[in-house]
Amino acid sequence: MKQIILLKLGEIVLKGLNRRSFEKRLMKNVRHSLKHLGGFDMKFAQSTIYITPDMDMDIDRTVELLKKIFGVASVVRAYETQKDLECVKKLVTDIFANDLLKAKTFKCAAKRSDKQFPMKSPEICALIGEYILDNFPDLTVNVENPDIIINIEIRDYGAYVHTGKIQGAGGMPVGSNGKATLLLSGGIDSPVAGYMTAKRGVELNAVHFYSHPYTSERAKDKVIELAKIIAQYTGPFNLHIVHFTKPQLEIYEKCPDDELTVIMRRVMMKITEKIAIDTNSIALVTGESIGQVASQTLESLGVTDAATALPVIRPLIGMDKEEIVTVAHKIGTFNTSILPYEDCCTVFVPKHPKTKPKLEDILKSEQVLDMNNIIDECTNNLETIYIQP
Amino acid sequence: MTTIYFDNCATTRPYDEVQDIVLQTMSCNYANPSALHSAGIASERLINEARKKIASTLHCNADELIFTSGGTESDNIAILGVTNSYSKKGKHIITSAIEHHAVLDCFKYLETIGFEVTYVGVDKNGIIDFEELKNSVRDDTILISIMLCNNETGVFQPVEKIRSVSKNAIIHTDAVQAYGKYDFSGLDVDLISVSGHKIHAPKGIGALVVKNKVKLSNVSFGGGQEAGIRSGTYNTEGILGFGKAAEITYNDLQKSISYLNNLCSYFKDLILSKIPDVKFNGQDSVNVVSVAFSGVRGEVLLHTLEEKGIYVSTGSACNSKSTKISYVLKAMGIEHSVAESSVRISFSTFNTKEEIDYAVEVIAESVAFLRKFTRR
Repeated sequence: MKQIILLKLGEIVLKGLNRRSFEKRLMKNVRHSLKHLGGFDMKFAQSTIYITPDMDMDIDRTVELLKKIFGVASVVRAYETQKDLECVKKLVTDIFANDLLKAKTFKCAAKRSDKQFPMKSPEICALIGEYILDNFPDLTVNVENPDIIINIEIRDYGAYVHTGKIQGAGGMPVGSNGKATLLLSGGIDSPVAGYMTAKRGVELNAVHFYSHPYTSERAKDKVIELAKIIAQYTGPFNLHIVHFTKPQLEIYEKCPDDELTVIMRRVMMKITEKIAIDTNSIALVTGESIGQVASQTLESLGVTDAATALPVIRPLIGMDKEEIVTVAHKIGTFNTSILPYEDCCTVFVPKHPKTKPKLEDILKSEQVLDMNNIIDECTNNLETIYIQP
Repeated sequence: MTTIYFDNCATTRPYDEVQDIVLQTMSCNYANPSALHSAGIASERLINEARKKIASTLHCNADELIFTSGGTESDNIAILGVTNSYSKKGKHIITSAIEHHAVLDCFKYLETIGFEVTYVGVDKNGIIDFEELKNSVRDDTILISIMLCNNETGVFQPVEKIRSVSKNAIIHTDAVQAYGKYDFSGLDVDLISVSGHKIHAPKGIGALVVKNKVKLSNVSFGGGQEAGIRSGTYNTEGILGFGKAAEITYNDLQKSISYLNNLCSYFKDLILSKIPDVKFNGQDSVNVVSVAFSGVRGEVLLHTLEEKGIYVSTGSACNSKSTKISYVLKAMGIEHSVAESSVRISFSTFNTKEEIDYAVEVIAESVAFLRKFTRR
């Protein structure tokens, strides 16, 4: 009796003619994610990916990884046997005896996707249910709220028995929807924005703005740590560290105090845009949400947006802080995000930033900066780190 | 890039001889010193020799020295052990406002379980108010714990005088920073905490001196090593490294004290001649200079210097929302703006005047640069 992992697909199954390319991408992502865990066999049929692990593969760890792969609606740990109900019976008593002994109530659920199989689902349920009742006399049937459900799936390749599915990450396979560049800070929001964008199948790379000596190396380590957590969901990607101190000081020297933040944001957008274009990204991603801070008023967002011709994806735009925190907890970035190595650059934070900046004013103030030179200098001196989960 | 390590209050580079003995112990004398066999006995003998060497630097008997994992554990065992076993005699205890957290947080804990604590203040030079200490001693004072040398300013405290104002209380001193820069022969106290890694030994080894038959209640329990007060398998390599480091450090103490003193005054003079608007915090120390460069955040200067391979420390840590300034500098009445622009430079005998020449040059350049970008 072989253990097998079935991955049920989510939204992909609704796709039309290009469905096959989504499936291929998902297979590729799964294969990549699991390859360091040992040998396994993988095939695709009936909107399901079948993973048959070799003996040496750690199934618990495998399932943990699979739960984080976008495009997978649910993960099922099943046992495979022949499409013969005598074999199914034997499997139930061999494998699930302990679970059945611990339970007080149970039910059987059957699914028959191989329509050649001579018995219909209710008949399979009845037969196996009766068998269980005969062998475990303390058990009773409870259809509404059983302690354990014995699921029997009769598929093209064989019969599969399991006690339930584990929820997957949902979404679409990363890489099936283009590529975008994430502006990653050390805060709570941007990792969540990255996660949410990747969930829709977008491949990511990331840019971080580093202001040594106004921030410490620990702050950089923290960003790398966050990137690694994101990579559990997205697969490996490049993190580009921009050495940003010089332009920051130039902005500080030359621009009006109350416009520092918004101009700084615009310069960041322009640098990120250049990196995005160089790395074949077609959009930028930020963790902004309306009104959270002065640089995130609708006016400020508009002025920031105008700095780039690329679309700016803001998945958190309508979320409250509390909702963002909930996701950060769920995906495992929160505890790293709140580490206290924050930047020390109060020098660059004006006491009273403009909350309603006008684009024409900002453009005028910006004229004193040699923007092309700033962008070139920053993008020529990138520190690129290959991030793996 | 050459490394200039001016953060010797944080920790020190182990002597080469110490590194050798640690490695040698790990490969040859790994047997458990508590074992019955001869290999264990060989380790035990080496530990006893190290114990004697360290005890002689602290002017106590070898059987008055307990090995611990370091300064923090020594402080905890001393303070919690004394207050636990002498609480029937009284519940008043005294410490200072500028102690290390290993002491301060023990006292804060003791306050929550019914002890009354007096926190003695300090003057602007960083020295505890001895009159206040004297006046706060009562009949029911069972413990006075004052550090011998402060870790942020390097200022020595008048611990020698405490016995004269209290005959009954048990006196503990956290001598972690003083060790290696102080002659213990004239010090009359009951309990002394020291740590190996401040005198070029490895981290993870320290000692507590317990004199005058002071009774300590157990803080932890186990196999009964160190007279049952500090159980746990002996850290043989740490202890032997510690022994070696103590031996080297105290080989010619007066010479290294004057060497360190010279470095400090050389550094201060150079700073004053090269950089305007400078303030030194606290009175002169053996090996520490706490200095504020006005208009420059300590943390930003620290990160600027690390780019050039120069390592210093700050008393404060800041983030974009607030600055937590050092409680020691605050207790000395130093202004917020001075405290947040303070850095601590601390020397060891490994440091040289040539290093200072280079470092001051870099500090002068960095301060001049950073002062251009002060918050408007």
